[in-house]
Amino acid sequence: MCLSIPGKITEIYEDGSLKMGKVDFGGVIKEVCLDYVPEAQTGQYVLIHVGFAISVLDEDEAMERLSTIREIAEFEDELNSDEVR
Amino acid sequence: MKYVDEYRDPAQVKALLGEIGRVVTHPWKLMEICGGQTHAFLHHGLDDMLPGGIELVHGPGCPVCVTPLEQIDKALMIAARPEVIFTSYGDMLRVPGSTVDLFNVRAKGGDVRVVYSPLESLKIAQANPDKRVVFFAIGFETTAPPNAMAVLQARQRGIKNFSVLVSHVCVPPAMEAVLGSKHNRVQAFLAAGHVCAVMGYHEYPPLAEKYKVPIVITGFEPVDLLRGVLAAVKQLEAGKAEVENAYERAVTFEGNQPAQKVMGTVFQPVDRKWRGIGMIPQSGLGLRPEFESLDAETRFSVGEIVTQESPLCIAGEILQGLKKPPQCSAFGRKCMPQSPLGAPMVSAEGACSAYYKYHRDVIYG
Repeated sequence: MCLSIPGKITEIYEDGSLKMGKVDFGGVIKEVCLDYVPEAQTGQYVLIHVGFAISVLDEDEAMERLSTIREIAEFEDELNSDEVR
Repeated sequence: MKYVDEYRDPAQVKALLGEIGRVVTHPWKLMEICGGQTHAFLHHGLDDMLPGGIELVHGPGCPVCVTPLEQIDKALMIAARPEVIFTSYGDMLRVPGSTVDLFNVRAKGGDVRVVYSPLESLKIAQANPDKRVVFFAIGFETTAPPNAMAVLQARQRGIKNFSVLVSHVCVPPAMEAVLGSKHNRVQAFLAAGHVCAVMGYHEYPPLAEKYKVPIVITGFEPVDLLRGVLAAVKQLEAGKAEVENAYERAVTFEGNQPAQKVMGTVFQPVDRKWRGIGMIPQSGLGLRPEFESLDAETRFSVGEIVTQESPLCIAGEILQGLKKPPQCSAFGRKCMPQSPLGAPMVSAEGACSAYYKYHRDVIYG
């Protein structure tokens, strides 16, 4: 139920009082409600749940954490090569 | 796809598994609250790859599973009415009521439709002014704001043939119910990342402190899940019990304020019965009195009803993490996804359906 999928905003428009938009999920485009992410802009990635964006994904945070895990992976490689020796 | 592929990178998964293996010295029991995470762990085979001793206790975070039987039976009664178009998220259709399910109602001529978004249900109401359209508003805090928006829009746009059958549940009271149980085995929580995307995690520090459990906000991809496990295990090994965010790209401490605001405008906390578990005080959301006219229960005057659970199903023990699905005598024999006896065998989040789908028919742990 709480499944949410990341997608990229390609278009933003108004429908009555609601902020709506088009979101690209790796090629599949769907209409979503952007009313809960008033700050969201075209080109940004959002998490979509039952047709609503619930969070704008923070790219800087994502990059930082991934680089930390890469360091763990490098450390892991070093350990493994030590074991081989 | 961005924000998916990089979190499924085998090298990073392997590195995190290695790190967990280096840190762990005790047989810890972690509960992933969300059924979506249960499925993700099993789908990627991560449960089998975790270092021996770490046990995943599957939590009650499957709204389809915990929606009380009374509400399902009310849905069945309303959906069977000739003037009604009953709309619901797809998972609910196969959930067994006391006698039948929504698919049976549809087979007998009831107009039951699956919607992807609650706003679709509003569109159906606008397109069918001579029908009464009911939306089955279930789910946790992730789903409550979208459902609340449908209610608010119906009011604002004067869509009078639309109403909602509400059965919302909230995560923190369920965590407290698990921790407060005398049977509790859970030593740390992986908190549901998408609930937290909406709610933030300001509700958790009192729980972590009171019950001395680490609570780690966790995402849904393999790298996210293992980061959650690693953080929880590190805390347990160090004797800490803190709230930690391991899903930083999607979750902030405060959560999504506009979503919380609309949710609070439309819904209020109510006592809620959880299927298989029982009453948990203030664990649900119901419509505020000013939205009572949109309440399907009032409109269709479905009052008290007598319910009947399957005598074989042990869903309650499964949902509380006391038993694993293969410990049920009906699992895979009398109870299968095509003909479920209990809701956990139905849903894409139910623990029984995950064990069935990914062939985990051997008891471990």
